[in-house]
Amino acid sequence: MKNGQKTGRMTWKKGLRSFRFHFFAILFGIIMIYPLVWMVASSLKPNDEVFTTVTSLIPSRFVWQNYVEGWQSTGRYTYATYFSNSLFIAVLSTIGGVASSSLVAYGFARIPFKGRKVFFTILMGTMLLPVQVLMIPQYVIFQKLRWINTYLPIIVPQFCGVPFFIFLNMQFMRGVPRELDEAAEIDGCGWLRTYTNILLPLSKPSLITSSIFAFYWSWQEFLGPLIYLNKPKKYTVSIALKMFADPSVQTNWSGLFAMTTLSIIPVVAVFMFFQKYLVEGVATTGLKA
Amino acid sequence: MNVVIAAKKTTLTAGAKRRLLKNNLAGYAFIAPWLFGLLAFTSIPMLYSLYLSFTKYDALGAPVWTGVQNYVTMFQDATFWQSVGVTFKYVFILVPLRLATALGVAMILATKHRGIGLYRTVYYIPSLLGGSVAIAIIWAQLFGSQGAINGMLSQLLGRTVNFNWVGERSSALYSLILLGCWHFGSSMLIFISGLKQIPQNYYEAALIDGASAPQRFFRITLPMLSPVIFFNLVMGIITAFKSFSESLIITDGGPLNSTMLFALYIYKQGFSYFKMGYACAMSWVLLMIIAVFSIFIFGSSTGWVHYEE
Repeated sequence: MKNGQKTGRMTWKKGLRSFRFHFFAILFGIIMIYPLVWMVASSLKPNDEVFTTVTSLIPSRFVWQNYVEGWQSTGRYTYATYFSNSLFIAVLSTIGGVASSSLVAYGFARIPFKGRKVFFTILMGTMLLPVQVLMIPQYVIFQKLRWINTYLPIIVPQFCGVPFFIFLNMQFMRGVPRELDEAAEIDGCGWLRTYTNILLPLSKPSLITSSIFAFYWSWQEFLGPLIYLNKPKKYTVSIALKMFADPSVQTNWSGLFAMTTLSIIPVVAVFMFFQKYLVEGVATTGLKA
Repeated sequence: MNVVIAAKKTTLTAGAKRRLLKNNLAGYAFIAPWLFGLLAFTSIPMLYSLYLSFTKYDALGAPVWTGVQNYVTMFQDATFWQSVGVTFKYVFILVPLRLATALGVAMILATKHRGIGLYRTVYYIPSLLGGSVAIAIIWAQLFGSQGAINGMLSQLLGRTVNFNWVGERSSALYSLILLGCWHFGSSMLIFISGLKQIPQNYYEAALIDGASAPQRFFRITLPMLSPVIFFNLVMGIITAFKSFSESLIITDGGPLNSTMLFALYIYKQGFSYFKMGYACAMSWVLLMIIAVFSIFIFGSSTGWVHYEE
């Protein structure tokens, strides 16, 4: 009898604690995603309501036309141009960055060459290097190469490997048993075949994680396009949004918010599909999105 | 007998030597793309930047050697000092605040409840969109004088509030700090995985010894997490020192340079005023500041970072 009462009280207490936890967790969650919800809501409101019913998250009527008008944009080009430019850069940067980083990672992780330690230290050091030190001399160099207003300054450096991805793939390859390499060597595989036949297929998870981050970073990249692209025809989505967000020029706010919403959809979609890889990647290497 | 051994020894060395050479060749072949990038896109630009920092250069004519003039100008440039001050304030409020939030939320999410995965996802999503132009635009509108924040405050207080949070000197920098804090998610994920690696029996033993919750936190959780905290601290400080796109889009350094982060000031000097030599000189000062802090944190780490044996 007494015992039953006690367990009864315990479950009640446990229930209260669990209720309190979920209450605050949900409240905090609402605060965290509020800016995003506000953006989507504002993108569907009639333009004159965006700032008059600013706290309302439900539009008085759903104006899907905002997306059409926003897409047309006020400039000479539509967002079709900007989105395809961004996609072009993101796809090439991702392929180049991930492929080269995997190669370099294999060299550092498996081949005992002279000077490996020194170069690895330099590799880690470059991660601490602020981009501000490089942006001006790089601009001058790319200007002399006549690369301004092309995507080359943004894409080509990716093909030389990205320190974060090199590190990520190295960490992963270190976890692959060396016996597999040795077995391949006995079968007559050289370094290259050991890489293509053993390490490359086995490091699929770290390749996927690096691809996701490579895509994010290039999709949201701001400084490079800002410096190197000054013809509207070449603008990426980020630059176009920045140009049209000037309060003295912009009047169609709901149209602009429609486009900011579209600009984050690829990011959220990739996240939904590859959540598992992403969360693991962040947790194990400390990569920041 | 001796001769045979000697002969065998030389052939072995010859074989080993060939193997060594082969390894070296293969190693450099694999890291070649990165080596090329290091040379072309990092080392040469860095040296060039160092040279430019001693010149007057407007990107059109040839650089004119002016010695240490840029560095002297910097010391007399009030905006330079202001931007350094703003940057320090930004970094030293944002980084601890974000780390504390990340750790606090991670500790709550490390408990056993249903739906943890969903909460973790929701709290992490802002980090994904962290640096995007879209979010910066939204932030400027949310905290503008007609924004949703004022809308809610007006309803709450029962009177019209139209304070421009991003446009007033007293609050603009804090609105940027808040945006930085909003993406605590990636640090949170790292903390959660760090917390999961702490052996549960440490806490059990502490409970038996009658340790209080704060004692358990300061004596077990913090020391065990210190390598993770260390990593987050280093990366957080470096990224905060470099950050500039949010201030460029949301406040453009204003009002009255109150959000003129150092990295933004360098960008403006270089690409708005085309004082590229001056901008290079300032970028080297930024590099020095980051280097000093990195050395300081790495140096102090032996005192407070505990690695499991």
